[in-house]
Amino acid sequence: MQVKEALDKYGRTADKLIGAMLAYQKSTPCNYLTEDDIKEFSRETGLPESRVYSIASFYSLLSTEARGKYIIQVCYDVPCYINDSVNIVNELEKILEIKMGQTTDDRLFTIEYSSCLGCCDKAPAMQIGATLYGNLTKDKISSILSTYRGGKDE
Amino acid sequence: MNMVNIKINNRDIKVAKGTSILNAAKEVGITIPNLCYHPDQEVKANCRVCVVEVEGARTLQASCATEVKEGMVIRTNTQKVRQSRKVVIELLLANHDMDCISCKKNNQCGLQEIAANIGVRESRFENVLVKQEIDTSSPSIERNPNKCIRCGRCIQMCNDVQGLAILDYVGRGGSVDVKPAFGMYLNSAACVACGQCSVVCPVAAITEKEDIEQVWEAINNPNKTVVVQTAPAVRVSLGEEFGLEPGKIVTGKLVASLRALGFDKIFDTDFTADLTIIEEGHELLQRLKEGGTLPLLTSCSPGWVNFIEQYYPELLPHLSSCKSPQQMFGALAKGYYAEKIGKKPKDIYSVSIMPCTAKKFEAKREEMSVDGENLDVDVVLTTRELAKMLRQAGIDFNKLPEEEYDAPFGLASGAGVIFGATGGVMEAALRTVYEVVTGKTLENLDFMAVRGLEGIKEAQVDLDGTIVKVAVAHSLSKARQVMELIKEGKADYSFIEIMCCPGGCIGGGGQPFGGTDELRIKRINAIYEADKGLPIRKSHENPAVNKLYEDFLIKPLGEKSHHLLHTTYMNRKK
Repeated sequence: MQVKEALDKYGRTADKLIGAMLAYQKSTPCNYLTEDDIKEFSRETGLPESRVYSIASFYSLLSTEARGKYIIQVCYDVPCYINDSVNIVNELEKILEIKMGQTTDDRLFTIEYSSCLGCCDKAPAMQIGATLYGNLTKDKISSILSTYRGGKDE
Repeated sequence: MNMVNIKINNRDIKVAKGTSILNAAKEVGITIPNLCYHPDQEVKANCRVCVVEVEGARTLQASCATEVKEGMVIRTNTQKVRQSRKVVIELLLANHDMDCISCKKNNQCGLQEIAANIGVRESRFENVLVKQEIDTSSPSIERNPNKCIRCGRCIQMCNDVQGLAILDYVGRGGSVDVKPAFGMYLNSAACVACGQCSVVCPVAAITEKEDIEQVWEAINNPNKTVVVQTAPAVRVSLGEEFGLEPGKIVTGKLVASLRALGFDKIFDTDFTADLTIIEEGHELLQRLKEGGTLPLLTSCSPGWVNFIEQYYPELLPHLSSCKSPQQMFGALAKGYYAEKIGKKPKDIYSVSIMPCTAKKFEAKREEMSVDGENLDVDVVLTTRELAKMLRQAGIDFNKLPEEEYDAPFGLASGAGVIFGATGGVMEAALRTVYEVVTGKTLENLDFMAVRGLEGIKEAQVDLDGTIVKVAVAHSLSKARQVMELIKEGKADYSFIEIMCCPGGCIGGGGQPFGGTDELRIKRINAIYEADKGLPIRKSHENPAVNKLYEDFLIKPLGEKSHHLLHTTYMNRKK
């Protein structure tokens, strides 16, 4: 997908920018917006570069750095935290051999923190793409990851 | 006016409907501390320092963002309020580079002042600041992220007033920063170095690039003749640094203070402002006569020149080829005065005192060198830096006598003085152009239509039957509007004055911190008062300027002028 296509689909006004950026980002191989992408969104919408970059840097669903095919977002809010999300992160880091915020060498996974995912009843929780995983335990992590390693289509 | 009755700290008062609690309190002499609030900006309510108790409200209310209501009962000094403010300040300090003693804004810092006033005596929270690189890439301004409190004043200034939007928030929550897109250095961003961000910054996150030490070295070097020029706007603002009321004219003390610091010759940029009028006025007449590119745009404001070079290079043929008064002065200092006093250009050290940060950039443009080796203006100091030098030297500004500028570049007309206010260059030019064209004496020298803080002003002048339409714009968001008009072919003006900063140079980025419109109006009024008080009020009647033409320059737009006083521009689109 081109930046222009995304904007054609969503509209070129400020309120449509996030949707357009998300759609465009999803179509990129490394799940992120490059400097050139941001400049193009700025030119096409007439919004300042600093504003578009500010928005891209604000939302955890958008990224300005290259990421893996699957983005694992672990909820960093209080209910998940007190339900031991720390150990979920530790387990992810151990299995994937990367640290929080990093991407695996095979460009398959990135782990990130996310703001509240809105499912505190299932804390601790994480999401991969549009799929939510709740009531996580250490044991569940490796089986979840292996389904993606097998080439699961989100 | 619609009034409401409220009670602040048990005092009954009447205030206008729509007033914020913060401003209502001010009316009864209560200062509510605040950091992000700025009277000329939209309410941000993000610093949370200005909270107060409002009876009936569940939580503390941000007084900057809460309007008074009939019967409202407000308390500004309860234990709850005091403790809340203290925690907010302590948290800010926990993410702040606390080297206050060696900070550029020591004693001029909003955060420091509030911390002292509310009695922060200990650091209950561990300092978690992750130090970032200080951006020193710009010759004009310095951005120190380790001091930033994320109040957003600079963002609003850059975005709303200047329309550039170089700075914005980056990131989220505890790790949010204020910086250019992609974390770019200021010199690679399309920043014009106007320094307006530094004027509104309550802390030392954005300040001018300090060049004081170089000047001390030059003053103490016996082989250098150190000459200094002072811009028109400095004389109506420097007093503020020493507790004088805004708008106080301190020309005589300014001269005395520079002499006390050890400068060899004290000259006035107003002299070259007069010279600018002669050159630019003739350029306008030539363009009118020969069908040159119109409207002619003024070129005195280096922030504005940066703007047109970076954003509208296709309109550069409109820009006057005249150097700014600062650079005309520099060129004369090294290309005329040096020889006159039997020195080489390199033996002259030329300093300028400017209300401006962009002047620092302008002075460093490599074409601004008459001998091709030495810069015409060696160092530019802002009004703020001069005040710092005076404090360093222990000079009691208020006790200084009134002294006079040195000859030959010390004599100026009122037309040169008003360069400091928006509309001033236009008015000065009209005073001269009218008399040159018509050969008649101008009866009323005051062109009121081009004065004041309105963003874009227009006027018409009848030059013996030829009606000339002119316009004046200040701040870059307004400049952009005018540029768009020109591009659309809708600007039927002959001459347009553009100043980068709101209010003109009196509102420059190098002026005392904390500039507001209220202050700008006072400085503007002082500028016109200074003009009125001068015996000569037209540039072409300045005898020193006329003598310079007789002895050296020969004629306006002549060969010598072309070499020393005019320049060229380039497309610097980013």
